[in-house]
Amino acid sequence: MKNLIALIPLLPFIGFLINGLFRKSLPKGVAGFIGSGTVLASFVISLTIFLQGTYSATPLQYFTFISAGSLQIPFAFQVDQLTTLFLLIITGVGFLIHVYSTAYMHEERQDHFARYFAYLNLFVFSMLLLVMGANFVIMFIGWEGVGLCSYLLIGYWFENVDYTKAAKKAFVMNRIGDLGFLLAVFWIIAKLGTVSYNEVFTAANLAKLTATDITGITLLLFLGATGKSAQIPLYTWLPDAMAGPTPVSALIHAATMVTAGIYMIARSNALFSMAATTNTIIAIIGAATALLAATIALRQNDIKKVLAYSTVSQLGYMFLALGTGAYVAAVFHVMTHAFFKALLFLGSGSVIHAVSGQQDIRYMGGLRKALPVTYLTFFIGCLAIAGIPPLSGFFSKDAILLNAFVYDKFLYAIGLITAGLTAFYMFRLLFITFNGSFRGTEEQRHHLHESPIAMTLPLIVLAILSVVGGFVGVPELFVQGGEKLTAFLSPVIKPADGLHVEHSTEWILIALTTGIAVAAILIAFFRYRTYKEEQPSAIGRLFENKWYVDELYNSAIVKPLNALGAFANTFIERSGIDALVNGVGKLVNYGGRQMRWLQSGQIGSYVLLMVVSMVVFFVLQFFLRK
Amino acid sequence: MSITEILFYILSVVAIGSALLVITSKHPVYSVLWLIVTFFSISGHYLLLNAQFLAVVNIIVYAGAIMVLFLYVLMLMDLRKESEPAKNKWLKLAGAVAGGSLLLVLVAGLRTADQRMAQLNEGNIGLIENLGRALFTDYVVPFEIASILFLSAMVGAVIIGKSEKSKKQAVPIAQQQPEPEAASV
Amino acid sequence: MPINYYIFLSLALFTIGIIGVLTRRNVIIVFMCIELMLNAVNLLLVAFSKMHHLAAGAANSTAGIEGQLFVFFIMVVAAAEVSVGLAIIVMLYRNTRSVDINFLNRLKH
Repeated sequence: MKNLIALIPLLPFIGFLINGLFRKSLPKGVAGFIGSGTVLASFVISLTIFLQGTYSATPLQYFTFISAGSLQIPFAFQVDQLTTLFLLIITGVGFLIHVYSTAYMHEERQDHFARYFAYLNLFVFSMLLLVMGANFVIMFIGWEGVGLCSYLLIGYWFENVDYTKAAKKAFVMNRIGDLGFLLAVFWIIAKLGTVSYNEVFTAANLAKLTATDITGITLLLFLGATGKSAQIPLYTWLPDAMAGPTPVSALIHAATMVTAGIYMIARSNALFSMAATTNTIIAIIGAATALLAATIALRQNDIKKVLAYSTVSQLGYMFLALGTGAYVAAVFHVMTHAFFKALLFLGSGSVIHAVSGQQDIRYMGGLRKALPVTYLTFFIGCLAIAGIPPLSGFFSKDAILLNAFVYDKFLYAIGLITAGLTAFYMFRLLFITFNGSFRGTEEQRHHLHESPIAMTLPLIVLAILSVVGGFVGVPELFVQGGEKLTAFLSPVIKPADGLHVEHSTEWILIALTTGIAVAAILIAFFRYRTYKEEQPSAIGRLFENKWYVDELYNSAIVKPLNALGAFANTFIERSGIDALVNGVGKLVNYGGRQMRWLQSGQIGSYVLLMVVSMVVFFVLQFFLRK
Repeated sequence: MSITEILFYILSVVAIGSALLVITSKHPVYSVLWLIVTFFSISGHYLLLNAQFLAVVNIIVYAGAIMVLFLYVLMLMDLRKESEPAKNKWLKLAGAVAGGSLLLVLVAGLRTADQRMAQLNEGNIGLIENLGRALFTDYVVPFEIASILFLSAMVGAVIIGKSEKSKKQAVPIAQQQPEPEAASV
Repeated sequence: MPINYYIFLSLALFTIGIIGVLTRRNVIIVFMCIELMLNAVNLLLVAFSKMHHLAAGAANSTAGIEGQLFVFFIMVVAAAEVSVGLAIIVMLYRNTRSVDINFLNRLKH
């Protein structure tokens, strides 16, 4: 079993090595087969573990990774319920995306094609390492690996300078968060002398931490999570990450990278549940991110940008859930979100594929007839994300909103508004893209076609999952013996005492959520059934320009930093350090020039100096010793 | 004052006086001759110390072989007309002062060293029998190495002393410039 | 004879050698001064050898013999040194027509 578990991350890594090393000689079919096959194999192993129930909280140690004094960091995996769930999501959705990629990336050059699959495999490998590690250090390796792979994949079309800039932005933003994570790990090591989950999260160890420690550690961990999971203030990289190929966006946004922060906090729930201050901050930031991103998504015209902000918004939901202590709800939403967001991204990829690379929805329209499968699956995805019962998004979102309602009414209100906005912008996207008449060029119209089977099949599978995926977490309200997910995760995440909410209240909340979503859909339908140019209002322009956050960051952080750099360059580097270094050189040079006469080659003077120094030494030795 | 002590003082004065003359003589040949006198007086000291073997070796090797070699080289170089270039007066003074102060410092430092005696006239460790036994038993390896040193020194001297011209280009002997030493002899 | 006398005598000879090296420019005389210094040391070594022999008494009949053997080896080395050194001096003279020690500073070029 132990070796089988080691194979889960190892297989994608082997795929990465093969594809990466032999990218020049591997035919596209082989590269795609290796890339997808290794992930499929991992998925099968994960599924075996899940079905056989061989997960346990005992870490499986492979070798000692770091041994420094009393600090022992083993290289160990811990495959418990939470990890198993993430394994299934990552490898399952990841496999579908791999399959989809084989068709989507078909026009790439051969070595680029293999490079692409090598990166994808490395990405999956890093993510698996992240969720399988039995301590924070292994998680950090995966954490960094994911950041690196996102950089590589976003900058996949590296000939385009804008894309490489987007990659750089993602990397730097992630790095800021990573620093927080790293500091938190150091803090834990300093206080507890261990990083293994099963040792850190014991009651005895947690009792050793003071309130300041817990708040500090959790805040730093949360900073790490904001970087990876694109929360305020570090979310701006994610919309720019659309520069990568569309399947990459699906992989980053749905199955892997952005869920890392959620996973990390859910994994550390024992720690976070003790930090009330941090939880409040997380809840507020989550809600704020959800609302902010949703408003921005209202006015975006790039199909992928809309989805990107939608992802940020949904991640905000998850953090809202984490902040309110509803870890299971957050993980649940990660799962359902993985299904429908992957579906939506792959669907948008299918659309982009059909209209020859056009991403602006103003030049689409009427694609319903040309792309029936894509339309249908996209529609299901929109319904799921909007939270229409009984699709998966409904259950997870409902769980989050219920928890938020109990936690704080104001946060609940924000969540509710966001839910309405989500439904609105998703259906705006749907109607503008698929309804009305085609507004692209004649050539594009001619070219319109449904995508090949390798692309539609993942769409169909994901659509089915989006529909039924929510049933694992059906609340007790509907079905006796519901909350299967809570029971499943209970060894890792201690179930809450139960929310003391009247069933009538719950019904009202559900009705309210659903009603708002339906209303939003209807508004969107009447407004965007037929597309017309609209003059944006002042607030619309604000949304369109993303609240000017990028500009704000630019002028508040980037420009002062650049100025500081220029200042340091001029005054510290040039006239300070450079002058010092050059001064030393000049001094030595000058001294050498002055001392040169000593090295005259005149033996007599050498001997004279020798004798004089001998005299000096003897004087020191005989007379000045006392 | 015993005869040995008188001999010691006489030999010491001769040694120091002739040494001074070595460094003050204008002509190098005189220096060589005065150095031979110094070596003889040092050999006398060896005899006083009953180190007869070393006394003999000193005369044979130093006074005999080495100084003759010096003389031979001086004869090779025609130094009669060309006297030594005058050294800077101040540098000379500085050298003398430096050496003098070294002597002063060392004498002052070692003045109270200890008052043990060196055995005179007696003790037979300096006899050739004892030295030879030690040399060919305990010190046989350094002795053999010394022979290798001599061999290499000989080879080195021959190579350095070889005419450079004949090494660089094989010029016919008839056309060669007369060698400097050939002219001087 | 007190060992101090020998020490002072050797020091005097040695210092004379040093002064000779410092004040003369004829390379042959400089070389001879070096020989003088070597001899001063030899003398001191023999004196010390006899001092130790006296101190060890009759119990150890070969005490201090190392000093005299040392002198012997110094003479060996000195002989080798002189043969090579004189060869170099001849070489120098052949190339520069001079025995001025300062001409040796050409070695730095």
